[in-house]
Amino acid sequence: MTLGYAGKFLEIDLSRDTHKDVRFKDELLKDYIGGRALAAKILSDRLISRWEKLDPLSPENILLFLPGPLTGFFPGGRICVSGKSPQSNGVVGSTVGGEFGVELRCAGYDGVIVTGQAEKPVYVLIKDSDVDIRDAGNIWGKDCKETNTLLNRECRRLLAQRYPRYGEWKEPAKVYIGPAGENKARTAVVTAKWTHAAGYGGYGAVMGSKKLKAIAVKGTGPLPEVADLRKIRRMINAVDRNAYDNPLWRRWGTGGGGYSFAAKTSSEPVRNWQEEWHDEKSYGVDQFESRIWVKQAWSDFGCPTNCLKIAHVKTGKFKGAITDNPDYELQAYLGPNLGLFTPEEDVFMASLIDDLGLCGIQTGNVMGFAAELFQRGILTKEDLDGIEPKWGDVDAFASLARKIAFREGVGDLLAEGTYRAALKIAETKGKDVLQYAIQSKGIGIGAHGIRSGRDFSTEIGYACSVQCGDHTSMTDLPIDGPGSEVWEVFNDSAVVCNFNGFGLPRNFKFDFYNAVTGLELAREEWARGGGLKTLQIQRALLLLGGPDLKWNPRVHDDNPSRFYEPLPSGPCKGKAADHAAVKKSVRKYYEEAGWDENGVPNPETLNRLELGNVDAALRKLRK
Amino acid sequence: MLVPGADFPHLCAQCEDYPCVKACPVKALSVSKKTSAVLVNAEKCTGCGKCIEACPGRIPHMHPAQNRIVICDLCNGNPQCVKVCQEGEWNVLKTVTRREHPYELYARTPEEQTRNLATKLYGEKAEEFI
Repeated sequence: MTLGYAGKFLEIDLSRDTHKDVRFKDELLKDYIGGRALAAKILSDRLISRWEKLDPLSPENILLFLPGPLTGFFPGGRICVSGKSPQSNGVVGSTVGGEFGVELRCAGYDGVIVTGQAEKPVYVLIKDSDVDIRDAGNIWGKDCKETNTLLNRECRRLLAQRYPRYGEWKEPAKVYIGPAGENKARTAVVTAKWTHAAGYGGYGAVMGSKKLKAIAVKGTGPLPEVADLRKIRRMINAVDRNAYDNPLWRRWGTGGGGYSFAAKTSSEPVRNWQEEWHDEKSYGVDQFESRIWVKQAWSDFGCPTNCLKIAHVKTGKFKGAITDNPDYELQAYLGPNLGLFTPEEDVFMASLIDDLGLCGIQTGNVMGFAAELFQRGILTKEDLDGIEPKWGDVDAFASLARKIAFREGVGDLLAEGTYRAALKIAETKGKDVLQYAIQSKGIGIGAHGIRSGRDFSTEIGYACSVQCGDHTSMTDLPIDGPGSEVWEVFNDSAVVCNFNGFGLPRNFKFDFYNAVTGLELAREEWARGGGLKTLQIQRALLLLGGPDLKWNPRVHDDNPSRFYEPLPSGPCKGKAADHAAVKKSVRKYYEEAGWDENGVPNPETLNRLELGNVDAALRKLRK
Repeated sequence: MLVPGADFPHLCAQCEDYPCVKACPVKALSVSKKTSAVLVNAEKCTGCGKCIEACPGRIPHMHPAQNRIVICDLCNGNPQCVKVCQEGEWNVLKTVTRREHPYELYARTPEEQTRNLATKLYGEKAEEFI
């Protein structure tokens, strides 16, 4: 057994109401260390032969909750949620903070694999090796914050009953879904802890399709044994010191972005990306800080950065709205993207989105899309069930969000996500509305535009990424260079938080991994081995796609057309991405990644990486 | 004190574009290269008050006895207020490095700043005072 791993994975079959322990070979764990990489491998091994026919919202889909070997050791615990994505029809490794991964590893498991579909709503309570699949009738249909409260109460009561001599139980770590997930909205999230969410990929809908309301876990054991504990202690101290020396990050987290990404770098979505610049001082970070952040430092287990804040509106129309941060993505997508420019409105929207269990990015994107169609007269008041989503009308957007979560009326259409909604609207209205859909292969683009060239986003970052519009998984040339996606794959596979790694030496995380597992993985080796293998598998599954949508790399490996329109305002006025240059870079990227001119992985590449089964499945795409 | 019991400091935020320096008709204001604080040349300053008008937060104020303006000069890079706060272990004041965040956002008028902070502290009760 490899050091750093608990040794077993929990597989829950909801159809049969059973569970069992599964183990993977050491070589597999060595190659695909955990999290996103392991998820891609498990999914391709089990499902690749019928991937194209597999509906992500059917019982056959597999839902994975995987921490990595560094979870619990590297400061800031995270977990990776994966499966066949209902948004891109590929595999997205969606990570979320919280103690779930740490508790799970303390309970003796390296991950949870959920298959099948329950007959009626259930939730799973894990206490060390005691796994209990329980009826969730009383929490099904409740919003996220209420679910959290009810689950805490029920789990603590059950644990106290079963283990009366333990003492007072603290709250268990949880992942759960809200109404949006239950109604299988493709923009639904898996919520963790309180208002943390794994958004990209839409796994809330997968969880809802399995009628799995929540998983709660409490571990009382130690974390797995490691190779070099003294070294790990030293390295944890180094991460902590590095974070303490970064007061800006600790003070504001990403909450400063709502103003500065617009005013300084011109890369924030404003009114569905019609502009990327604003200079509204009412949306400055000081307004968030001095008006609504009632708790300035809040963090998950062991995290020195404390980038989370608690925002609470105490007066006025939105009194009582409470959420975390909101972080930059939610500030952007639920603020300027909808024409809202005050912290109170933004906190209200973020709080509502959290309650409904929707993804702020995807929902903000699709609502911005609907509002632009309304602005251009393509969608009318009648089409939108009497709602008039004018820019800045917070009530209209709130009712639209509720409709999306419950799939009522027009919400049923918008809950399909921006791309699918655009296809349907184009069909019924007979107009080309895809130009207003700011997405990449089914996933709405993160709030970092590429037009100004001042942000960290790169021109092929969204086009060539195997996670499509995911801003945390961007890629760049060269494939083993500092901007490449393989390093993001490592972050999501070891499952560490990006934010705690800023400013550390490049090799640091790999040294940390070696100290935990006792293996010798060099940074360069990852770019040629595990990282590249994961990219190939994710790419193959993305191209196989299906059943409702398939991607043609010649058309879809591209930025949304809006990114080629010049910016209309701000200091970067007139700047735009260059279509010919992007196409050229995309072709270059294909070459470097070992893909043919159509973007399909080459047989030689796959065989060199020992991915024969992927090669066999891709044969029909090559022709 | 605009709200009883809530006394908020109101200091120079070192805006990136320094509107006060630009507004000075006698060039009495300059920017320190070392600390980026605004320095006042007491001999040149005539106390005309144009910098107060130019400042988005109306932060410069007149010296109580002399006819000149006073602006925080960050104590030549070693702010004494931060020093005593840290010595007293309140850990409220800290020096930060200047990075991409726009500091001029913090240049707000005393009324605005008090309204924001007092509402956060006292909720609706604060609205009675402001």
